[in-house]
Amino acid sequence: MKLNDERLSADEVRQIAALARISMNDEEVEIMRGQMVNILNNIDVLNNVDTAGVEPTGHSVDVRSVMREDEPTESLRRDDVLLNAPSSEDSFIRVRSVLD
Amino acid sequence: MTAEDLTSLTIREARELLDSKNISSVELTESHLQRIDRIEHNVQSFTSIIADQSLAQAADADKMIERGEQSSLTGIPMQLKDNICTAGITTTCSSKMLEGFVPPYDSYVSERLKQYGAVLLGKGNLDEFAMGSSTENSYLHVTKNPWDLERVPGGSSGGPAAAVSASECLFSLGSDTGGSIRQPASFCGVVGMKPTYGLVSRFGLIAFASSLDQIGPITKNVYDNALVLSSIAGFDNRDSTSINSMIPNYVEHMNGDISGMKVGIPAEYFSDAIDPMVQDSVKESIEVLKELGADVESVSLPHTPYALAVYYIIAPSEASANLSRYDGVKYGYSDKSASDMIEALEATRADGFGEEVKRRIMLGTYALSSGYYDAYYLKAQKVRTLIRHEFNEAFKKFDVLAMPTAPTTAFKIGDKMDDPIQMYLNDVFTIPANIAGIPGISVPTRHVAGMPVGFQFMAGALQEQKLFNAAYAFEQATQWHTYRPSL
Repeated sequence: MKLNDERLSADEVRQIAALARISMNDEEVEIMRGQMVNILNNIDVLNNVDTAGVEPTGHSVDVRSVMREDEPTESLRRDDVLLNAPSSEDSFIRVRSVLD
Repeated sequence: MTAEDLTSLTIREARELLDSKNISSVELTESHLQRIDRIEHNVQSFTSIIADQSLAQAADADKMIERGEQSSLTGIPMQLKDNICTAGITTTCSSKMLEGFVPPYDSYVSERLKQYGAVLLGKGNLDEFAMGSSTENSYLHVTKNPWDLERVPGGSSGGPAAAVSASECLFSLGSDTGGSIRQPASFCGVVGMKPTYGLVSRFGLIAFASSLDQIGPITKNVYDNALVLSSIAGFDNRDSTSINSMIPNYVEHMNGDISGMKVGIPAEYFSDAIDPMVQDSVKESIEVLKELGADVESVSLPHTPYALAVYYIIAPSEASANLSRYDGVKYGYSDKSASDMIEALEATRADGFGEEVKRRIMLGTYALSSGYYDAYYLKAQKVRTLIRHEFNEAFKKFDVLAMPTAPTTAFKIGDKMDDPIQMYLNDVFTIPANIAGIPGISVPTRHVAGMPVGFQFMAGALQEQKLFNAAYAFEQATQWHTYRPSL
């Protein structure tokens, strides 16, 4: 299948990957571009549907803000949470430095 | 009764034997663990098996029964799909990203099942983060179809469907975002049910597409399915989309009588997309409904062909937001090689996610990005409204709709892995129910070339009772639910 370069360029794919925080080499970018163009071409059928004046649906049920009483309840145990942290020190999760 | 015989029981049969003290939960659990020992290396439906804990739970269940405190699932050995959080028990989503993740809390369903004394045998394999239709996207291993080990079990709840089909457990819970309970149930010859959106709490279900995800039961027959749903449905204030409504005891009102029931057959589900042999099997199934006295009539749902495209915008968009939490900091896989924070984040996500997950995150990020939002996401949400309206109109006239669950029977492992579009087409008949938020059930019907076929019913929101009644009547009139693969 011939790819429509106009639709999605390699640079755009790189930009989306940067937004999604996924590193990709040039070969991966090219494969991803081909697959995305193919999927987007299939999604184009929606252009055949007249949606003038139609309200969008986010959820199929009514979603309202759910409030609860502001009462203290038990939270997760620190040790259980730290158990899953890739890196921890004392009672903290250890992260890489964000400032030089 | 030999140990192996106990694995051929249904929940209903096991319940009678447990309550009359003919068997104990420990015996029932041991027999399932023995069967797992014997066949699991072929089927590979589990991501983890917790035999010692299962036996301890079974002993507790026996005490509950002794005290007369049992309910319908007390002492019943079961499995949970591995995207359902279980406190203290690894929950991987079949992803490298969550390999070894031990949830500090229980999901709502896990909490409920624990309360009732159901016995957890282990966790069920899935396509990574529930994205896929064959369970081939699992980072851990590929689950095999118990009817033919060279074929896929379907997906993404392929582990749960295969485990029930292979009699490794009496029921399993799956999750269904676009067909992930019903399509594997169809491929494996078991009953799979996706409830109305909001009926079962999603608290502790690892999020994929939050406006579509729903937990539901996979069982050997319709009766058991209704029994399990009655136990896990209900309001939960930790899920903002949880519906607060009376949950009927579905089993009590199921009598197999569907004379006069209005059944609609939507023409769009019988297109060229479907294997002609599968179509024949489903058409025969519709004849059975007529013989039972149902009032069967054809109906048109013209927006059906657009549901797949709507899904492939909405689901990846929501997934791209939900999966942004995997940053290698708080839990899960973390790249250690990069020194820079952003580089480490990008390497963690590049390495921790598989191809299909990355594809969907990319698509979703694109559809939500500035300049494309209206053209894709908003457009899809508007077409979603039209699909919902169309179903609402149909359910003014019909009690249920009947159609095939999937266009084909289970395909060979590897057959569709190179072409995402071909893989996506598996869910063309199940996705509309998720888009509309309505319930759907797949029940086994006449096999094609030795492989199971699924017959699907859909009903209006919160009309699970009608769905179960129709499916139960069909099941009582046929024998397909009693067929089990030889392993």
